[in-house]
Amino acid sequence: MIRIELVKRSQQSRVMSVLSPVIAVALTVIVAGIVFFLQGHNPLEGIWYFFLEPITSLWGIEQLVTKATPLVIIALGLAVCYQSNNWNIGAEGQLTMGAIVGSILPVMFPDFVNPVVLPLMLIMAMIGGALFALIPAQLKIRFGTNEILTSLMLVYCSNLFLDWMVRGPWRSPQGYNFPITVDFHEWAILDGHDFGGVYLNLSALIALILVIVLAVVMRSTLKGFEIRVLGQSPRAGAFAGFNHRRMTLFAFALSGALAGLAGMMVVMTEIQKLQPVISPGYGFTAIIVAFLGRLNPVGILIAGLVIASSYLGGEAIQTSLQMSSKVATVIQGVLLFFVLACDTLILYKVRIVAGRAGEVARA
Amino acid sequence: MKKIALLAGVALAFAVSSADAAKLKACWVYTGPIGDFGYSYQHDQGRLEVEKELGDKVETAYVENVAEGPDAERVFERFAREGCGIVFGTSFGFMDPELKVAKKFPDVKFEHATGYKSADNMGLYNARFYEGRYILGQIAAKESKKGLAGYIVSFPIPEVVMGINSFVLGAQSINPDFKVKIVWVNSWFDPGKEADAAKALFDQGADIIVQHTDSTAALQVAEERGLKGFGQSSDMAKFAPHAQMTAIVDNWGPYYVSRVKAVLDGTWKADNAWDGIKAGAVHMADYANMADDTKKLAQETEAKIAGGWNPFTGPIVDQDGKERYAAGVTAPDGDLLGMNWYVKGIDDKLPQ
Repeated sequence: MIRIELVKRSQQSRVMSVLSPVIAVALTVIVAGIVFFLQGHNPLEGIWYFFLEPITSLWGIEQLVTKATPLVIIALGLAVCYQSNNWNIGAEGQLTMGAIVGSILPVMFPDFVNPVVLPLMLIMAMIGGALFALIPAQLKIRFGTNEILTSLMLVYCSNLFLDWMVRGPWRSPQGYNFPITVDFHEWAILDGHDFGGVYLNLSALIALILVIVLAVVMRSTLKGFEIRVLGQSPRAGAFAGFNHRRMTLFAFALSGALAGLAGMMVVMTEIQKLQPVISPGYGFTAIIVAFLGRLNPVGILIAGLVIASSYLGGEAIQTSLQMSSKVATVIQGVLLFFVLACDTLILYKVRIVAGRAGEVARA
Repeated sequence: MKKIALLAGVALAFAVSSADAAKLKACWVYTGPIGDFGYSYQHDQGRLEVEKELGDKVETAYVENVAEGPDAERVFERFAREGCGIVFGTSFGFMDPELKVAKKFPDVKFEHATGYKSADNMGLYNARFYEGRYILGQIAAKESKKGLAGYIVSFPIPEVVMGINSFVLGAQSINPDFKVKIVWVNSWFDPGKEADAAKALFDQGADIIVQHTDSTAALQVAEERGLKGFGQSSDMAKFAPHAQMTAIVDNWGPYYVSRVKAVLDGTWKADNAWDGIKAGAVHMADYANMADDTKKLAQETEAKIAGGWNPFTGPIVDQDGKERYAAGVTAPDGDLLGMNWYVKGIDDKLPQ
């Protein structure tokens, strides 16, 4: 009788922390191939369209970066939150409120047209997102409410507020009463610049800078140390003179500001006005990106690109092979499952033991 | 570098193998799942009709469940890049992203349903569903014992407001005191919410349900309670054989076939199609589960509308008592497409 045993390692395996995501992706590719086959398609063709085809053209890379940018920016803020043991689930709402506050300029002051508008909008969006995130933070430190619930519930408030704004006070007079605001003017939008055939805009650059800044802050500054200590042990942090209430406010404000920034840039690049739906769930997907990237800024950058490519791949198998959109969702789920499951390899050794059945019973 | 060259080679091989110069590729973008048995399902029925009618001359493709936000533009561009000759965007929210892509790809033909922006290579199409809603209103007023219908609606856009008004005008033409209770569910497709809304409306005394949302849920609730209702977008009789009195069936097939044919013939031109019962774009499912004289009335009204009569013909008075159209005056299409006011007798407020 052969059985598989998990033996706890004395310390985390460095080799495995690098290898486990690779193993996870490999396993996902195999399972995806089986799924494609069961759907009546050539598995190799399916794998090609899902995993590779989206990044074989310059346009595909451009789309990959566009889709990954908001995910990375939001996940960076969330990672700080989660490391300090604050559970902000409401980034989607902070994204929405940030976009609304930033849009005050082009919607309410359409005649205020000059180069200052763009940076002002970004700053206002960050303030809007941060203030909205401070609501669950304040509720937590003052009344001890569960921030997971309050931040999540506020998502619905913000979405309905946006809905009301674009149907009511901010509805465009030229829009045949459809729920949209006026189109933003030229200084309130972000256009792509040509980088050797790939059109990228400022937002991708901002995301990269943020990755570097946060990587440095988390690794080599006192603030980064404070965030980690308070997250792992509030009591130890208190002895070190760190204030966990102030940390809660800081973490929520930072993640809210980044979500607001991301939301504003999505609106500025892709929609260029406000409408009832401005995000396909970036704020929620970013939670997955944050954990897939192990709450590490560089890891988040990679995770953001992986998750973004799985969305593009999902569209590719739909348009090219006419597979259902549900297949893409299944493969995304399989990917997350394997990534989490393969983490076991970091903490445990797998041993295949040949022994008699009696021994199993005794064990 | 070698790897990139290899990938490019593979890409080319796929591109060559999948391209077939003689065939026209026609592509559809749906906002909901084609399994909604309502709005997106009917568009897909239209796509299947194109496949059936034009056979070998075309190849079709579609993407379902496309959110009306940032992702939409990429889906349209993908289709344009994959060699689609004509792309149909089937929902209002696709208007701007589709227009952007249309400008980027002047050689590809685009068609957008229910919007108002167009281009030389982007035409518009819609159907006069309000014509069917007038008939539903008359049936409801005849068949309701309590004089009260429940109306489940998605979003307060002109298309929907136009439908509510037409329904109420139809009902009031039979029973001037007929009342309508309105519930907004803020979604085109959410069977759970739609069913809850239907239950709430029945609990409040309505005995007929009508909806401007895409699932079969509300009608199924009516079936369970032994009450009556109407199908939306498709004939839903098999989901509610005793409850469905009729259904407004979106019949996109003939339009899609004619447009794809026009591309094949080289005669395609962007235009603005808004057909109704007369041209067959709006089809009424079999009248059932109602009294014979109601059925007769419904058929007469259907014939009258097919003959060119418009339900939005005055006198029409709005909620505040202001006369919008004098006796004998018909509302121009422009007014209908931007409609943002209720007719008299509706107990609800539109966001202003």
